[in-house]
Amino acid sequence: MGIPYFPGCTLSTTAKNYDTSGRAVAKALGMELEELAEWQCCGATFPLVLDDSMALIAPTRILYQAQQAGERVTTLCAICFNVLRRSQALLDRDPEMLDRIKWFTEQEYSGVEVTHFLGILRDDLGWDNLSKLVVRPLKGLRVAPYYGCLLLRPHDEVGLDDPESPTIMHDLVRALGAKVVDFPYNIECCGSYLTVKEPQVSETMSRDIVSSAREHGAQVIITACPLCQFNLDYPQRETESGQTGNEIPVLYFTQLLAIALGLPEETWGLEDNYIGLDVAAIEE
Amino acid sequence: MIERALVIGAGISGMQAALDIADSGYQVLLVEKEPTIGGHMAQLSETFPTLDCASCILTPRMVEVGQHANIRRLLLSEVTAVEGEVGNFQVKILRHPRYVIEDKCIACGACAKVCPVKVPSEFECGLSERSAIYMPFPQAVPAIYHLDRDVCEECGKCAEKCPAQAIDYDMQPKTLEIGVGAIIVATGYELYDGEAAQAYGYGSYPDVLNGLEFERLLSASGPTGGEVLRPSDGTVPKELVFIQCVGSRNPEHGMPYCSKICCMYTAKHAILYKHRVHDGQVYSFYMDVRAGGKGYEEFVTRAMEENHLLYIRGRVSKVFPQDGKLMVWGADTLTGQKVEIAADMVVLATAIVPSAGARQVAEMLGIEVDEFGFYVPSNEEMTPIESRVPGIFLAGTGLGPRDIPETVAQASGAAAKALALFGAAKAGVQ
Repeated sequence: MGIPYFPGCTLSTTAKNYDTSGRAVAKALGMELEELAEWQCCGATFPLVLDDSMALIAPTRILYQAQQAGERVTTLCAICFNVLRRSQALLDRDPEMLDRIKWFTEQEYSGVEVTHFLGILRDDLGWDNLSKLVVRPLKGLRVAPYYGCLLLRPHDEVGLDDPESPTIMHDLVRALGAKVVDFPYNIECCGSYLTVKEPQVSETMSRDIVSSAREHGAQVIITACPLCQFNLDYPQRETESGQTGNEIPVLYFTQLLAIALGLPEETWGLEDNYIGLDVAAIEE
Repeated sequence: MIERALVIGAGISGMQAALDIADSGYQVLLVEKEPTIGGHMAQLSETFPTLDCASCILTPRMVEVGQHANIRRLLLSEVTAVEGEVGNFQVKILRHPRYVIEDKCIACGACAKVCPVKVPSEFECGLSERSAIYMPFPQAVPAIYHLDRDVCEECGKCAEKCPAQAIDYDMQPKTLEIGVGAIIVATGYELYDGEAAQAYGYGSYPDVLNGLEFERLLSASGPTGGEVLRPSDGTVPKELVFIQCVGSRNPEHGMPYCSKICCMYTAKHAILYKHRVHDGQVYSFYMDVRAGGKGYEEFVTRAMEENHLLYIRGRVSKVFPQDGKLMVWGADTLTGQKVEIAADMVVLATAIVPSAGARQVAEMLGIEVDEFGFYVPSNEEMTPIESRVPGIFLAGTGLGPRDIPETVAQASGAAAKALALFGAAKAGVQ
């Protein structure tokens, strides 16, 4: 049975490799992602103003679409996940707000569960079962899971994993037979949207994260967020001043999964990463 | 009226209560689960606000308790049942075997020298090791070795070497049933080591210590002979960060209360550290400085001024190792700046929590504990050391966080309450 899936704008445009690898992996695991029949942008940030019902309309429309498809909806994008999950939590606890939005949207939203695909891997499939499906164990590959902010916080509403010492991607890396690199910057902010307005600021923040991962021996960084991926990957790109040779590929966790599950190379989407991964070199 | 008292716990509180009652001519049973009396105070280096050497003021008391004709010390023992009422409680005390015959042991230490087992020393907070047969510290009372059978490898070497033939592997637990007229509960505290402490690397990074561990590093009788050295590599820490209120004043982790003694002991730690490392720099992250007590505010002010301590009002968000240092990220909420310190050592002022057995003791005695496990007196204001059961009195940190002077005063108060019962019975007062 398929799982209702909200891809979101970024995965349909600049982060297509996340979408492609994610869908391929889900299919290979027998949990096909079924795109919602109709959807639009989630709003990209959860409204931080308390009475901002207007900004909740977009996510509520998506939740309503999801409700047509089933009891739950999943996402890959950590930002969409954060927005939808928090909107769901807010509407669950604030019936007055829900009424206000229903009055505007004229849609009878009554409730749906927002999950992240990582949560489905952990809770529905389980790490042990996943590890049995690995055909190309990533033995010896040192992988640093990078969580960022929106996948984990605020914990009260998001609730996917421990907000201070998360393990969900650590466990995933182990299930794939690779070695986990635990590094202190794994929940620090990458700079987020400052990459548009103050790129130097987010570049500095991102470089600290990549440097820390490198110092702890990482060969690859994985993430579940397209903005984190961009912020960590892009500053390492080849420029006129050249590269240092110390670049670290920043992959979506689904790309690593696609490799480990032995899926065809076209599902990996590595050509869209600024820093690629030499997959042939992983083999012992 | 049975004119005999039971005191549960032989820290400074239980010792004081026992001495006051014994000095008045009544018998006292002093029950302690550890192999020695003295409690946490014996682990301290110096005490605030006078900077007295803790051992120098405590050990004479310990000897007094050890030699008092009216005090029956029951070490390695637990009260397992209590029945009856004020004036006539029947108590059952389980005495765990010491496996060393008290009357024979001459405390020569020959046994410990040949013991092949090495485990972390509880008294030294794991900063050094002890053998399976051991004395917790040289001034222990009684000065008798104790064989820890949980870790013993049964090699028999200690028994072979003992010149006094004091080791008895066949010793069995004993139960003592006895009547007492009054009971004083002085079971003390432990330090919190949960999530809020682990978030700062406590338990993961060897140079992140709690207050008691730092006391042992400061102590002249401690594992480093009083030199402040990093457990990781034995070097002298030059940048020292204190983090206050770790767990305390933190409703999220279930401890909304203030642990009361940490502001004072952190200032004390800073002074003692500077006495040992003159060119060291101290940073102390605090929420408020709460130094309520006679001479306390002056103590903290003097500590800051004379030792150039940097007190930073704010919380620490993260501690992690980098290049042999501990990176400390925090906020200075007075200037609004982000603070980053590359520290050599981090000392956490962790919350005071009731000792592990307190709830069980309360249940057995029919006395109340609050949501945190601290004993509740029958009235917080007017009868702060009386439980709701007549004849059962409370003293010390089992009631909540408090310092040594307050603990000692309470213990004397609890002793006076017990003595008043005995005196009234003697005088025929109903």
